[in-house]
Amino acid sequence: MDAFLQKLYETFIVDDRWKYLTEGLKTTLVITFFAVLLGMVIGFLVAVIRSTHDMTGKMKVLNFISKIYLTVIRGTPVMVQLLIIYYVIFSSVRIDKTFVGILAFGINSGAYVAEIVRSGIMSIDRGQFEAGASLGMNYPKTMLWIIMPQAFKTVLPALANECIVLLKETSVAGYIALEDLTKGGDIIRSVTYEAFLPLIAVALIYLIMVVGLSTLVGKLERRLKRSDRG
Amino acid sequence: MIEVKGLRKNFGELDILKGIDTTVEKGEKVVVIGPSGSGKSTFLRCLNRLEKPDAGSVIFDGTDLTRASEKQLNKVREKMGMVFQHFNLFPHLTIRGNLTVAPVKLRLMSREEADSRAMEMLKKVGLEQKADSYPNMLSGGQKQRIAIARALVMDPEVILFDEPTSALDPEMVGEVLSLMKQLAAEGMTMVVVTHEMGFAREVASRVMFMENGLIAEENEPDKFFGSPESPRLREFLSKVL
Repeated sequence: MDAFLQKLYETFIVDDRWKYLTEGLKTTLVITFFAVLLGMVIGFLVAVIRSTHDMTGKMKVLNFISKIYLTVIRGTPVMVQLLIIYYVIFSSVRIDKTFVGILAFGINSGAYVAEIVRSGIMSIDRGQFEAGASLGMNYPKTMLWIIMPQAFKTVLPALANECIVLLKETSVAGYIALEDLTKGGDIIRSVTYEAFLPLIAVALIYLIMVVGLSTLVGKLERRLKRSDRG
Repeated sequence: MIEVKGLRKNFGELDILKGIDTTVEKGEKVVVIGPSGSGKSTFLRCLNRLEKPDAGSVIFDGTDLTRASEKQLNKVREKMGMVFQHFNLFPHLTIRGNLTVAPVKLRLMSREEADSRAMEMLKKVGLEQKADSYPNMLSGGQKQRIAIARALVMDPEVILFDEPTSALDPEMVGEVLSLMKQLAAEGMTMVVVTHEMGFAREVASRVMFMENGLIAEENEPDKFFGSPESPRLREFLSKVL
């Protein structure tokens, strides 16, 4: 028991090593939060472009670009995208790594959000578009005030799940030497030569956050279902 | 008011409308009947260009909708109400929201004006107590009356009805038809696709029989039902009456 306490002490207390975890957690949360925002913005735009094209045949060029974006992003690992953005695109400029992380994970998440939102838009009955049109509302107005609120409600649980996935995916940020939660645990491991405690601690922190968020999503889903029954 | 010339529409290989010529005058109540697949609904949906015709023209108050810009088309649609078979109410909005979203977002009325106009129309259809309910809390008949109120808020010059009672339980058909009769009596111009022969006989100023993508026969209701000319109409009437 004493040996274990000694290890705990050496892993987290000596030299304030726990700070690697708290600072790392902060970085992870900042990257996740802003990447989610960026991903939502990109995702909604791409989803609207794609479904507008599917339904009206307009926006051919934008749709083509969106398709390439979706194919490339979904067809390559997020880690490779992160490395390319950091070492290739921003190779010659000094840039905040957190910003690079937000950019990489946001652009990545946007592709998945786009397909989620598009499926939501496509699930809305055509009659809703027609009702909007028959009242003299043009396509953008119908989209914004009639279709989007319904589509958003439909895909809200899926979007929340995407946030959870993103939270976990940011753990590869260490590959550009970003000191996120995972990297923080790894740094402790490399100075104490003790792998078990820091890595288990990191895993636990992720698990608690994911379980917490999943519970919230579950609650959200049940509430949405209730309001559907009205 | 609405002038239709040589209207054609095909879906792929299938010719749905094969050249429709007709005119709807102000105040007229045109009831369109015919077997399913005859093109009645497509014809109605071409009138406000929910379907884009392949040939011919639809002229509403001087604007040819087949050549109109998007903007002109939407202006015309403000004045052309439509009531759908499946109501197509907006489920995420309250009844009040359903009635006011278009006039407010199109900046035709202020929020206050729209609200008071909506209440006025809800009174007219007898559902003012439902203003704060959501569509899924209403019966089918109530939904359709709300859909009619939603069209009325825009102060349309004409309302197109696409089988407004076909999706209703039988006991709810009456309330919708009587509201439509009331509108007709007030002088609303109406084009109604329906299977309700009683309504056609009682309300129509003209009944139109569509068959195989063409207007096979049209006449005032007395003559239409009393002495149908074409054998196909006689056969159709003998089946449905």
